[in-house]
Amino acid sequence: MPVEICVSGQTLTARLSGDIDHHTALAMRTDIDRAVRDTPVTLLILDFSAVTFMDSSGIGLVMGRYKLINGLGGECRIADPPAYIARVMKLAGLDRLCRIVSLARIPHREEAENNADN
Amino acid sequence: MPIIKKNCINEMKLCFAAVSENEAFARACVSSFLSQLDPLVSELAELKTAVSEAVTNSIVHGYRNISGGTVLLQMRLYADRRVYIKIRDKGCGIEDISKAMQPLFTTAPEEERAGLGFSVMESFTDSLRVKSSSGHGTVLVMEKILQEKDDGSIESEFSDKSRRKHRTCTPLRK
Repeated sequence: MPVEICVSGQTLTARLSGDIDHHTALAMRTDIDRAVRDTPVTLLILDFSAVTFMDSSGIGLVMGRYKLINGLGGECRIADPPAYIARVMKLAGLDRLCRIVSLARIPHREEAENNADN
Repeated sequence: MPIIKKNCINEMKLCFAAVSENEAFARACVSSFLSQLDPLVSELAELKTAVSEAVTNSIVHGYRNISGGTVLLQMRLYADRRVYIKIRDKGCGIEDISKAMQPLFTTAPEEERAGLGFSVMESFTDSLRVKSSSGHGTVLVMEKILQEKDDGSIESEFSDKSRRKHRTCTPLRK
């Protein structure tokens, strides 16, 4: 499976794997969009840690998911892209739309947010 | 224009059907052919990305509404570590090249094409030339000079590591 979906509370994590190009991006975006529409979440994390290649089709993929979750009132983050993929993302200015984070840090943030809610 | 073949150490020509499955095939070929020059992981990634953009452009734009098209990929390696890559299609061509090369310009916004193909190709290679004529197709030539191989200095340990990295396969995760 090129996309593994995991929902935890208000967070949906889509773990992408393999190459992201024009050929594979379509199936990935269909999977993510279906999951986002089926599950009401406020945070979408696109986990890039297992992505082996990405060209500008991946930029389109992130921008489209950003628009979707933003339209639903949520937020989008990119997690752990390999160094060279992070370069492509920065070239496109994606880091200005979505924060690039490390997944190891996110649970702490959530905890803090939950505590703030309580 | 005469083609300068001086110091060319290897050459290949590949012709494949303009179907999106072959984007990955083209990248795999580039990767395999380049291994002779033992490129750095980053250089290999950059050239694979540039080729992926070019081939995708041919398939998505060049042969839009045209079936049975083929894409030609030609590569040359030179003794000075220069890599020459030519990608040609006989598709619809680009009407206005300078407009097409503008960042974010796309002919297919509904398909979530970011319009960054040319920007990526330009930033990941040393030179990019585009020739196109409406109705006759597009020829794209990219060149990049790879870094010199290190010869056993302390610094080379680092790059040797990164060289090794690209030979090791990424573990498959299911």
